[in-house]
Amino acid sequence: MSSDNRPFVTDDSQVLTDTRDARMTGEDNRFNSKLREAFGSSPFILTKFDKFMNWVRGSSMFMLQFGIACCSIEMMHTYAVKHDLDRFGAGVPRASPRQADVIIVPGTIVSKFAPRMKRVYDQMPEPKFVIGMGSCTISGGPFQEGYNVIKGAEEVIPVDIHVPGCPPRPEALVYGVAKLQERIANGESSPVTVKPYELEQFGDLSRDEIVQQLADDIDEEDLVMRYNWADSP
Amino acid sequence: MSLEEPEPDAPATVEEQSADELAELLGDHVIGREEHLNAPGYVVRPDEVQAVLSTLKEDAGYDHLSCVTAQEYEDRYESIYHLKKYDDPTQEVSVVVPADRENPVSQSGEAVFRTADWHEREAYDLVGIEYDDHPDLRRILLPETWQGHPLAEDYEQDRPQVVPLREHANPLQEDHRSEQDTDTMYLNIGPHHPATHGVLHLKTVLDGEQVADVESDIGYLHRCEEQICQNGTYRHQIMPYPDRWDYISAGLLNEWAYARAAEDMADIDVPEYAQVIRTMGAELCRIAAHMLAVGTFALDVYGDFTAIFMYAIRDREKAQNILEDLTGQRLMFNYFRLGGVVWDLPEPREEFFEKTRDFLEDLPEALEEYHDLISSNEILQMRTIDTGVLPPEVAKSYGATGPVARGSGVDYDLRRDDPYGYYDELDWDVVTEDGCDNYSRLLVRLREVEESAKIIEQCIDLLEDWPEEDRTIQANVPRTLKPDDDTEIYRAVEGAKGELGIYMRSDGTDKPARFKIRSPCFSNLQTLPEMAEGEYVPDLIAALGSLDIVLGEVDR
Repeated sequence: MSSDNRPFVTDDSQVLTDTRDARMTGEDNRFNSKLREAFGSSPFILTKFDKFMNWVRGSSMFMLQFGIACCSIEMMHTYAVKHDLDRFGAGVPRASPRQADVIIVPGTIVSKFAPRMKRVYDQMPEPKFVIGMGSCTISGGPFQEGYNVIKGAEEVIPVDIHVPGCPPRPEALVYGVAKLQERIANGESSPVTVKPYELEQFGDLSRDEIVQQLADDIDEEDLVMRYNWADSP
Repeated sequence: MSLEEPEPDAPATVEEQSADELAELLGDHVIGREEHLNAPGYVVRPDEVQAVLSTLKEDAGYDHLSCVTAQEYEDRYESIYHLKKYDDPTQEVSVVVPADRENPVSQSGEAVFRTADWHEREAYDLVGIEYDDHPDLRRILLPETWQGHPLAEDYEQDRPQVVPLREHANPLQEDHRSEQDTDTMYLNIGPHHPATHGVLHLKTVLDGEQVADVESDIGYLHRCEEQICQNGTYRHQIMPYPDRWDYISAGLLNEWAYARAAEDMADIDVPEYAQVIRTMGAELCRIAAHMLAVGTFALDVYGDFTAIFMYAIRDREKAQNILEDLTGQRLMFNYFRLGGVVWDLPEPREEFFEKTRDFLEDLPEALEEYHDLISSNEILQMRTIDTGVLPPEVAKSYGATGPVARGSGVDYDLRRDDPYGYYDELDWDVVTEDGCDNYSRLLVRLREVEESAKIIEQCIDLLEDWPEEDRTIQANVPRTLKPDDDTEIYRAVEGAKGELGIYMRSDGTDKPARFKIRSPCFSNLQTLPEMAEGEYVPDLIAALGSLDIVLGEVDR
């Protein structure tokens, strides 16, 4: 076969070694794989660094062990036997946000919990990704009319993938995670989020009139917060 | 309940007072009488609550304050204390305490029943009644800076909640040592923590390794369930929500709580066939719920995410598959309807029965495995025996029910004591353990799984032989239900965690005027300081795990 059709195969007649021989011919074939055979003697591939990093990020994701409400039961089932999310390279629950790449938001967010969730999210290292699980994280779901319910996770933190359902089946969550991995590998999910307080670092940007007006409106002596997050400044 | 065995000794010896005898006992305290569907109601002056409650507790034996309901009428506020007897929960009495519309103050019952503490705080938080002599009247479910009382009449939901930032100090940024005592350390456990089983926040003060003080901060999952039920119609719109109170697969048990209250209120008879299906489904749910309780308890004690937890999930999956065949959903079943269930058993029925039988056949072996791995394990025994001790009297005064009470030797199970469904026709036993510790509560759950399996097996036998022409799954219920004006009822069932009660008041429309949920976990969680103070931190975690709370039900 001519080497034109197989771009990754280099002419290996000159670089055969005893070790490689032993591995390829079966005496010690523990390291053989289809991939290795395809690569032949040269275990190198050329790619863009960004692309490689995206692939790596998507292929090994640590999830934050984070339970809120009903959906967390189905989330536990997704991690556990039968569905075993770890098969897809994304199922190691980490108890600390500082060790996690992905936060699955599994349930209704209420006014008291929203600031805490934001805090947990802020503690995760970049790049970080968010999967909203269930209808509550989309709109408040069945509890939307409640006086205390945040109408969707996106009012508090940015969400990459929404998995609808009440609760979604584990299969649906697996699909959502696979979709997220696909997006990350393709570089479609933004890996870095700029937080409002980080904007201070760009304080030397020129202020236009609107920004100036907004800034003047803020009474710095007495800042307020609101429980309805959508209207918050 | 077994017909061969002697009747449990308790109900026979409980003295029952008639409504008039009670009125006589209370004497001048009573300023009016009401008739609730479940119990006689006595209206008392707001400054005599303690005297009335302690008379009923000491002289008439009403030792279980199962719930405190607060509500607002056009001309007054009202708190209702629903009292029962642990020995015979069919004996009930309601103490109705009206309070002034302009200045709603009434006396606290906390000095008589410790459980009134949280219940009254909730009433203050959501409805706005203030309780005199209450030791710690703060908001409990909503953030402390919340404005207004959301279940009060004049609450405007659309008004933005604007709070100055200085009033909303972040508790994590405070001094980490308690102010008076510099030898102790203040530690936040939660609201995001793997051992709190959800979004519970424990404010603990540690003295070295020992817990000097622990206070649960709840409300991180307060989803306004009561408000949502008050906005839904009896017939169809409320039933999906009970699934989401105790979401650990206990859906059918919760649905039954609403179904029972509403059916008694509207006087609906459920066909026997539907009752058998309900009983079977409910017990499957109980198995699934207890499996998760055991799995996560082992997770808390061993920190072991592998064997036991996975075994428990494996068995839950089996139960969930059966429930999915039955109801069409894995977790949120929405299977009960007022007057029955939504559809019959899945066809082919033989396959369903066989599948369920297979599950029950494998169960003894699985339980053997749990006993090998958990209850006979020395490490677990060292961690759990004689830790988290909850004496029966303390458990009663906090209104603890379910496996928590039964682990303390309180023989209280509504399935037997206040029979509903098909339970009184079947042969099963109530499990109690006398150890009062974490280990007993674990054992109660494991043994209750066996009892549930017994019930399911008998139900299947019954269903298999049920004549085909007699399989009525729903009674004939009007499309719109409008119970009579001002009917009040409090009804409870034995949920997975204990007594799950519902208070409803109708106002002549097709929606309840007040819908109050008595959550077992809410009362059970109150016992945590009793169990944990003075113990080591790991024992606090074990005690919390053995309480088996689910935050959806604590916060509602």
